[in-house]
Amino acid sequence: MDLKELYQEIILDHGKNPRNKKKCDGFNKDAKGNNPLCGDKVHVFLKLNDEKQVEDISFEGEGCAISIASASIMTEIIKGKDFNVAKKILENFINMLKEGSKPSINSLSDNENTTIMSLSGVKQFPMRVKCATLAWHTFLHAAEDNKKVVNTEK
Amino acid sequence: MDIKEIKSKFPIFTNKVKGKKLVYLDSANSSQKPKAVIDRISNFYSKEFSNVGRSMHSLAVTATNRFEETRDLIKNFINAKFREEIIFTKNATEGINLIAATYGEKFIQDKDEIIITELEHHANYVPWHFLRKRKGAVIKFAECDKHGEVSIDSIKKLITSKTKLIAVTHVSNVTGTILPLSKIIDLAKTKKIPVLIDGCQGAPHIKLDMQKLDCDFYVMSCHKMYGPTGVGILYAKKKWLDELPPYQGGGGMIDEVKKDEISFPESPTKFEAGTLQTAEIVGFAESIRFIENIGIKNITQHEKEITEYGLEKLKKNNSVSIIGDPKERGAIISFTIKGIHPHDIATILDDDGVAIRAGHHCCQILHEKMGVPATARASLGIYNSKEDIDILNESINKCNKIFNN
Ligand SMILES: Cc1ncc(COP(=O)(O)O)c(C=O)c1O
Repeated sequence: MDLKELYQEIILDHGKNPRNKKKCDGFNKDAKGNNPLCGDKVHVFLKLNDEKQVEDISFEGEGCAISIASASIMTEIIKGKDFNVAKKILENFINMLKEGSKPSINSLSDNENTTIMSLSGVKQFPMRVKCATLAWHTFLHAAEDNKKVVNTEK
Repeated sequence: MDIKEIKSKFPIFTNKVKGKKLVYLDSANSSQKPKAVIDRISNFYSKEFSNVGRSMHSLAVTATNRFEETRDLIKNFINAKFREEIIFTKNATEGINLIAATYGEKFIQDKDEIIITELEHHANYVPWHFLRKRKGAVIKFAECDKHGEVSIDSIKKLITSKTKLIAVTHVSNVTGTILPLSKIIDLAKTKKIPVLIDGCQGAPHIKLDMQKLDCDFYVMSCHKMYGPTGVGILYAKKKWLDELPPYQGGGGMIDEVKKDEISFPESPTKFEAGTLQTAEIVGFAESIRFIENIGIKNITQHEKEITEYGLEKLKKNNSVSIIGDPKERGAIISFTIKGIHPHDIATILDDDGVAIRAGHHCCQILHEKMGVPATARASLGIYNSKEDIDILNESINKCNKIFNN
């Protein structure tokens, strides 16, 4: 277990200077997520257009470097994608953290791949997997109009 | 006092964490267990076990005697007046729920008021919230100031003719504040209001004398007192135990059972339904012996010394902010580091074998008040030394390095 793998430059950067951390203009969907054990909170805002494309996505919230970086990275990668593609990325991402499988997403650019892979070190820190997945689950709730608050303990 | 020798009684410290020696700073969460306690449980199961108070065979007699011996030890440990005032529960949480349920059932009506403080652990809030929902009780929060102190005046001004209970913690599990219990209890007595003390962070560290303190209820969790998990203690004045209805129903807590009527025995039997954590309760006797062999006052003194050393050291560390600054503090230091979330702190410290807790420590009201979503907490036990604090401090510096602070 290597701390350097967990706290990579990309993660520290996204943690300190999160992208899209605001309420985006014209969002038409949103959802909230909580990690009640540690008090992390996230609120995802989503603008999904008629073609089911993620026109805009943003988040607000508070949490550790991992959770904030993960939310920030998620918004960067998912923005502009088709919802079905976004969902595939999400599934791949969660499998990567839970089972250690390498994400095989053709639709990602090299740059996007490097960014998302920066979170793969989290797998070695089981207590932190929830931090990294919270925003992603919350995105799904928003997209699917699931009004339930995402709760990492359920 | 030879801390090395005391520490050597705890088998856990012979293990390495990530190749490093364990620096355990999470005793407020749960303390480690001396070998004597672990061995006692194992021996009891190997040689003396049976259920207590039910069968006639000799094993049952031995087991019952051992079990009741723990009750006597606890009675003496906290200087209760009667052994019947000691009720076994599964933890402090259950002790508070027991009082909320039984005292609430009998004495709380719509609009009656319960005073707690902003420092309370959720265990001393949520059970009263249930009463709020069930009975229409009103919960009032005595304010804690920026030092983490709750003044006697902040409680006094909340008292009305409707106040039915004051429930406060002995020591805050976040700021370490030791509350002015004697003053609170004196004040409550002049108004004839019963007082419940959440003693989770008091009992393992501070000499207790129930007759002198004169509170009505005091709850403890044995796993924080060098004892096994699954055992808690509720101390309650006998007059209350005579008056309160039973809590849970079942075997062991009945007097006579007929098809149309059931009668109940006296305390403690009345409040101890079903088979209890027999081996753990027997094992807890060794925890009390362990504490008494060292002397609780020596424990207080040692922990005070290490806490002061820790405060001094961390205050010198510019990146660290300590949460609360109470005049009277137990063996707890909660802190934040500028620009680093407590969870990240905990993960990085863990890499150095330093075990702390990060989060809201079941005190969301307090964290909101202090304006921080989470804190990192170092809490001490008898086995901690100045060296542990030095390692903690170095590890904090490592956090800053990783985060380029
Ligand atoms: C002040 C305080 N009250 C109550 C509790 C709850 O203890 P338990 O979970 O053992 O019932 C704790 C322990 O975390 C505590 O620190």
